[in-house]
Amino acid sequence: MYRYDDFDHRFIDERVAQYRDQVRRRLAGQLTEDEFRPLRLMNGLYLQLHAYMLRIAVPYGMLNSAKLRKLAHIMRKYDRGYGHFTTRTNLQLHWIKLEDTPDILAELASVEMHAIQTSGNSFRNTTTDPFAGVAADELEDPRPYAEIIRQWATLHPEFSFLPRKFKIAICASKEDRAAVKMHDLGLYLHKNEAGELGFEVVVGGGLGRTPYLAQSVKKFVPRRDVLSYIEACLRVYNRYGRRDNLWKARVKILVNSLGPAKYAEEVEQEWLASDREAIAIPESYIAEIASAFAPPDYDRKPVDEAALERTIASNPAFARWVKNNVHPHKVPGHAIVTISLKEVGKTGGDITAEQMEVVADLADELSFGEARVAYEQNMVLPHVRRDKLFTLWQRLDAAKLGTSNKDLVTDIICCPGLDYCGLATARSIPVAQRIAKHLAAKEDEIGNFNIKMSGCINACGHHHLGHIGLLGVEKNGEEVYQITLGGDAGHNAAIGTIIGPAVKSDDVPAAIDKLIGVYMKLRQDGERFPETYRRVGQAPFKEALYAPR
Amino acid sequence: MLQIVTGNRLRDGVVIYFAGAGEWTPSIDKALVAEDDHANALLAEAQVGLPPLPAVGPILIEVTREGDHLRPVTLRERIRASGPTTGPMAGHTALDANPAASGIDDYSI
Repeated sequence: MYRYDDFDHRFIDERVAQYRDQVRRRLAGQLTEDEFRPLRLMNGLYLQLHAYMLRIAVPYGMLNSAKLRKLAHIMRKYDRGYGHFTTRTNLQLHWIKLEDTPDILAELASVEMHAIQTSGNSFRNTTTDPFAGVAADELEDPRPYAEIIRQWATLHPEFSFLPRKFKIAICASKEDRAAVKMHDLGLYLHKNEAGELGFEVVVGGGLGRTPYLAQSVKKFVPRRDVLSYIEACLRVYNRYGRRDNLWKARVKILVNSLGPAKYAEEVEQEWLASDREAIAIPESYIAEIASAFAPPDYDRKPVDEAALERTIASNPAFARWVKNNVHPHKVPGHAIVTISLKEVGKTGGDITAEQMEVVADLADELSFGEARVAYEQNMVLPHVRRDKLFTLWQRLDAAKLGTSNKDLVTDIICCPGLDYCGLATARSIPVAQRIAKHLAAKEDEIGNFNIKMSGCINACGHHHLGHIGLLGVEKNGEEVYQITLGGDAGHNAAIGTIIGPAVKSDDVPAAIDKLIGVYMKLRQDGERFPETYRRVGQAPFKEALYAPR
Repeated sequence: MLQIVTGNRLRDGVVIYFAGAGEWTPSIDKALVAEDDHANALLAEAQVGLPPLPAVGPILIEVTREGDHLRPVTLRERIRASGPTTGPMAGHTALDANPAASGIDDYSI
């Protein structure tokens, strides 16, 4: 994991001191709310329905046991003993007191964390593969590039006041586990014909009111030039992006109004005219940053796979967890483990302080002190020996973290919705809870299935990318849910299409059940929902959903 | 139409209601109610005082009177008044789930 240097420590400490004085002046009446609001937002502090909310940055989803324990401590001391992981892999605390926030930021700084740029019209957290560095299908670890981008993008003077927020994601493997195409700018690491490493750059993705998938604007940018190319993308956006209309201000609108080819042409001109050498990344610097992500000292002793198979065979619950939540690792004898935060009936993405400490202990004992956050609102232990899987599962299960539903129908992405969020127009958590409870008994039979849900058009729950997506809206004082079908994340990303009139809240679980029933009847061998949907079209689903009773 | 003034308490964000005479209260039933044309005067009164004002973002919301209780008309304000409807969770301090008081359907599991 990247460790702060002296500059980083000094910078964060100074920032906390500045913020402490800003809070003091606000509480003393020396700053109005209008004056204070941008200051608190720059430090990740929002005001929501019930309290202040602090959004803590988790750069590219990387955590270690010290950070986990500190977060658990903060959740217990300053909040209500739990936190909520977001689809940007950050952590939100929903019951924060303004007067406590300087102390919280100081506590975060002590473990090299902060809440800067978790709000505002600038770069947000750069995300990447939660399996980075250990995935069996990976070309190279993307985290050094994510860290280099983080350093470059933090408080970048030219890009601190963009037309709108700007999100970057990086993928370096065959499977896109970072939903790259829904980002303002995405990077796919690959090799060109000469065998050199570089990035395909895609720009203009985003969900919200006007969903778009990012378009390829350059097939290969050498990795040394990636910052200057991103800079050129940002400069064109800064120059032409709409600042007059909040709903048209994201780069996706610019890319699609100019056309991807014209946008790419503008970027190319800007890039060629710029001083690329000024921010070229020397190989030595890539190597220096990469050294912070060096693989741990794995125990290479062979694993007794036969013994593991016997344990699996004698314990169906463990077998199910291994099947769903354990993933291939590039080092023999090891596995990547998804810790589901989607226990049926609970709030997806929530984790208690006690659970966070269990994850910290298990990370120390079984995963070289390391844990990750996935954008699907789950956690990951990246370095588990396969002969420790049973022990790990038992410990997770005892902490209610052993749910075996990764990528199943109860693994629902869900925003906080109207229960917490000031922007929301409808609730999402209680509806997701009811859907999960309704479908849990047959989730194995259904197989891979992604339901994603948002409580407003801002789409924090990525509903456009759900195989079934749900958007909660308020209509005549009633919560109703618009259903989209056929969305997908990853390399085959697709925006779902609206199937028809929205359904009432109480009717949502049964509606989802009907749609899944059609899929199960019509699917062919190995087909996931999006493939079946594309093959058979909308008609059979529409007929099942809206047929008169 | 009955209206009251609500905001979030500056120091901790707690939902509060204007009770008149410069006082704010977390109890919605103690809120000062204005009828029809008097609502804007109530909102102005709630914003009088030396800085800092106790409430951030004061606004008028519509309520109905049900016996001794005031009940917000919108779901958003009912959730603000009585907390999230997500139900008590393992390890959570379940201070908030009180759907019965708010008239919200109880979706807790």
